[in-house]
Amino acid sequence: MGQIHLHRVGPGVTIQDLGRPGYLAQGLSRGGAADLLALAEGAALLGQDTQLAALEIAGSFLSVEVTEPTRIALTGAPMRATCDGAALTWQASHALPTGARLEMSASAGGYSYLHLGGGIAAERVLKARSAHLAAGIGQMLEAGDSLPLGADSGVRAGLTFTPQARFDGGALRLVETPQTALFPPDLRARFISTRFQKDTRGNRMGQRLIHQGAGFGLDAGLNILSEIIVPGDIQITGDGTPFVLLSECQTTGGYPRIGTVLPCDLPRLVQAPAGAELWFKFISLEDAVALESAEARRRAGLRGGLRPLIRDPHDIADLLAYQLVSGVTRGDELEREASC
Amino acid sequence: MTPPASQASDTLPSVRALGVDGVLVSFGQSLTEAANRAALAFRAAVETESLPGVMETSTSLTSVYLRLDLGQTDHARTRHALEDLLRSRDWYQASLPQGRKLWRIPAVFGTDLAPQLDEAASLAGLSPDDAVAALCAVPLRVQTIGFAPGQPYLGELPPDWDIPRQTGLTARVPEGALAVAIRQMVLFSVSTPTGWRHIGQTALRLFRPDQPDPFVLRPGDEVLFQPVTRAAFEAIRESDPQGGAVAERLG
Repeated sequence: MGQIHLHRVGPGVTIQDLGRPGYLAQGLSRGGAADLLALAEGAALLGQDTQLAALEIAGSFLSVEVTEPTRIALTGAPMRATCDGAALTWQASHALPTGARLEMSASAGGYSYLHLGGGIAAERVLKARSAHLAAGIGQMLEAGDSLPLGADSGVRAGLTFTPQARFDGGALRLVETPQTALFPPDLRARFISTRFQKDTRGNRMGQRLIHQGAGFGLDAGLNILSEIIVPGDIQITGDGTPFVLLSECQTTGGYPRIGTVLPCDLPRLVQAPAGAELWFKFISLEDAVALESAEARRRAGLRGGLRPLIRDPHDIADLLAYQLVSGVTRGDELEREASC
Repeated sequence: MTPPASQASDTLPSVRALGVDGVLVSFGQSLTEAANRAALAFRAAVETESLPGVMETSTSLTSVYLRLDLGQTDHARTRHALEDLLRSRDWYQASLPQGRKLWRIPAVFGTDLAPQLDEAASLAGLSPDDAVAALCAVPLRVQTIGFAPGQPYLGELPPDWDIPRQTGLTARVPEGALAVAIRQMVLFSVSTPTGWRHIGQTALRLFRPDQPDPFVLRPGDEVLFQPVTRAAFEAIRESDPQGGAVAERLG
């Protein structure tokens, strides 16, 4: 079975999958990839199961090689990627030859994903492979680590698609929480008319937001019993600052929650670069359910939006090796041409 | 436009949406013995009923949470099923869940391992010795597991322990730390910052992801702390990965 060797590893590189649903009662949040859409996109590019584990790169860098020819896909926050020095298109799948050096660096922030054909086959802990750093499951990967790869049942590479726009901030839709009504109407009105920015303080547990002007705290002395938290909840901490809880959040908490970001809008939050504007909009539960359902259907159909990766001839070092014009194709040129 | 936030529920128990795909059934807005029992019993009943589309359930101190698969059910149908179940009996009179255990857990109180015993005792109006005696006199209930994996909220302590959290945060307490505030104790399952006062230290690992049964405590279990000397504690920590904790079945 193939392996991936990690040569240079920046901070915040972890194995991630869909996480561990089913342990909330024991105090363990689901965890899993910060951008679940990117996980689905990688699975679509490689034509494989969304359950398979990938490498999540939290705004840093990574340099790897594989011990067998391996299909890869690059999704999430765009990085500069090269294979033995040749540029690779992000939001695309490629064939990575044995021993070639894949280098990824310089994203604008957010979370980037390296998917491998067959997935990362590291041992499961509590039925999943994702690191849950807050719970002490798994760890950040380090230079020198080697990870086993699963058997790849697919063959196609050299595909791309147009990702859902989510890399420049924007509007995040909210549903009310059982505590929304604790916030006076004027405070809620000010909240939804405020433009926020992502703070540099953010991680897989939660993202702090910053803004100009007064905070959104409730009157001191209002005691709220610690209550169930779900990812997307916006808790207002003691100093009036909004903090959006994410995949590795705690399972209960005592700060009041002003609203819950729709799961389908969380990728827009986690992928917003530092400084991008974010703002909120309340919608009805009925509309939120319909939007989530539509997004689930859209994700299930991502494979239908794939198209061949057309290379710019200027980027092709050995032009003669490519059959650019041919009346007869064998059908696997895309795979072979996409090799670096 | 200001959102038309629904009115905070005055009638309990209440059934409200939590997030897009969740439901929260609340039995109390403050912690009472009856509301905690109701939440534990109602969650057990929801699990037994196997309502369609319910993917998982959990409890907070006084509420039950259900995560739904909206491909299999919808909010209205689930709400009706829950309201029927709520009407079927008086949940505030419910007995505690089946299969509970009583845990005896050695703990060292005070010393450099748990430096805030004197401060917390003073806030409770007790001498340190009387404080330890009071905290170890009777079993405490695991009222809920939450915040971190396997981490219990234990209570309810006598009224003199209604002491506030400290205003500042302690930068880090170790795994196994026992801390007190608002008539409860928390036994920390991970090393974490906290506003609760660190009064005791155990050698118990509450979350063992590498074990077949990774979670030690369950909601409804009872915990009796047994004060030990620092020397005895060090010996336990060296020799016993279970931290000297022993369990017996209740009922």
